[in-house]
Amino acid sequence: MMIWFGAGLLLLIGATGAAVVCTRNVTNQVLALGFYGLLLALMFFVFQAPDVALSQITVGAVALPLMVMLAIARMRFRDRARSAAQGSSSSEGRHD
Amino acid sequence: MTERARNSLFFIAGGVLLFLYAYAALNLPAWGSYRGPYGDAIARVAVYERHVTDIVNAINYDYRGFDTLGEEFILFTAVLGVSMLLRKEEGALKRPASRLQDDAGLSAAVRAVNLPALLVTTVFGLYIGLHGQLTPGGGFQAGVILATGAVLVYVCENTGAFRRITSHALVEITEAFGAGGYAIIGIAPLLAGLPFLCNFIPLGTTGDVFSSGTIALISACVGLEVTASFVLVVYIYLQEIIAGAFPEED
Amino acid sequence: MPGILHSLPYFVAAWLLLCGLYGLVTSKHLVHAVVCLAILQSSTYMLLLAIGYRVGGSAPIFADISTSKLVVDPVVQALMLTDVVVEAVVVALLLAMVVKAHEKSGSVSPNDLRTLRG
Repeated sequence: MMIWFGAGLLLLIGATGAAVVCTRNVTNQVLALGFYGLLLALMFFVFQAPDVALSQITVGAVALPLMVMLAIARMRFRDRARSAAQGSSSSEGRHD
Repeated sequence: MTERARNSLFFIAGGVLLFLYAYAALNLPAWGSYRGPYGDAIARVAVYERHVTDIVNAINYDYRGFDTLGEEFILFTAVLGVSMLLRKEEGALKRPASRLQDDAGLSAAVRAVNLPALLVTTVFGLYIGLHGQLTPGGGFQAGVILATGAVLVYVCENTGAFRRITSHALVEITEAFGAGGYAIIGIAPLLAGLPFLCNFIPLGTTGDVFSSGTIALISACVGLEVTASFVLVVYIYLQEIIAGAFPEED
Repeated sequence: MPGILHSLPYFVAAWLLLCGLYGLVTSKHLVHAVVCLAILQSSTYMLLLAIGYRVGGSAPIFADISTSKLVVDPVVQALMLTDVVVEAVVVALLLAMVVKAHEKSGSVSPNDLRTLRG
């Protein structure tokens, strides 16, 4: 019984991994990565590895998507600051 | 190389890899028939030799403690690299004209749940870190759990509190102390003529929190270092975004 | 145990490896490439933990079971434990490089960042 649950979980992990790769929008990919991390942690529990599963839950489902989101946020902040600076400088040029 | 050529090269190489891998994997012993001697040998003696019930942490911090020392220094160096790459530069971009909206749109329910969640997270992280030698846990997991407490402050409270917590020099001191502490615990037995990273502290009784000698100490050092690393990385990434809310400081 | 389950975890690990490599090769956004790298790393976790598994074995924690019971391999678990946490910080380092590249050149696609400029 447990074997079939493990086999089904393995196939689900394979499908989720492919889904994470095929998600091209970076913000959506962060959510898919979080779900993939949780599935992997469940798989580690089936593999009788509670230490690794605890690590995977805290890191793969929380810290890793957090890092990616921080990088995306910082790049978007830069974009907005750059376009604001360009907008203000171009408007000053017109008032000259 | 054009994109089509790159993709077709990947598919050819991937096909060859898959074929060779399938040939190798089908000739492995069946999944679930582990017969390696090393794991069984350690599982049989570790409880008696080290007075510890969590074999994985005993291997991590004692039998293969040198590997974990290297991994901890990888963490340390990576945080060093992040802080150097994303440091403030001369002639950096001017801050945008609009101030960052501080705690705008945060409902009272979110802010009310912050303190209880922070307390539960901190206590749980300390519990996991201190009981690493008895149950699943240890320094690495505890460090990440404690670091998410700081992120909770940023998400639920205003950025002022987060900035006060994480820009303190104590975070960097804690990280250096954790990384150096592990090395010092390794060097200390050398002064007594014992091997490097030898478990030289009295071992105590199995099942106590204060058992297993240096394993608990090393676990605590690693926990300190991982916490400080993650908090520092989060602060470095958010530095520019938070700085927009406090334009009078520099 | 049916025949297909003899090597299913190994094949899922290979599938994840190839998925990660495919994402890395055909990526149009550097952050997407870094996340595919994380998928690549997780395939190695799957492979190593599958090798250490023993049917009927329990977790290698002797807090409530007797020491004579058969357990799964604890050595591979010890290797994986530190690896999982260190991976997150190394991904943060890679993302710091991506952020810096975006800052200097304004673009985040690998095709635009081909040549090295002094």
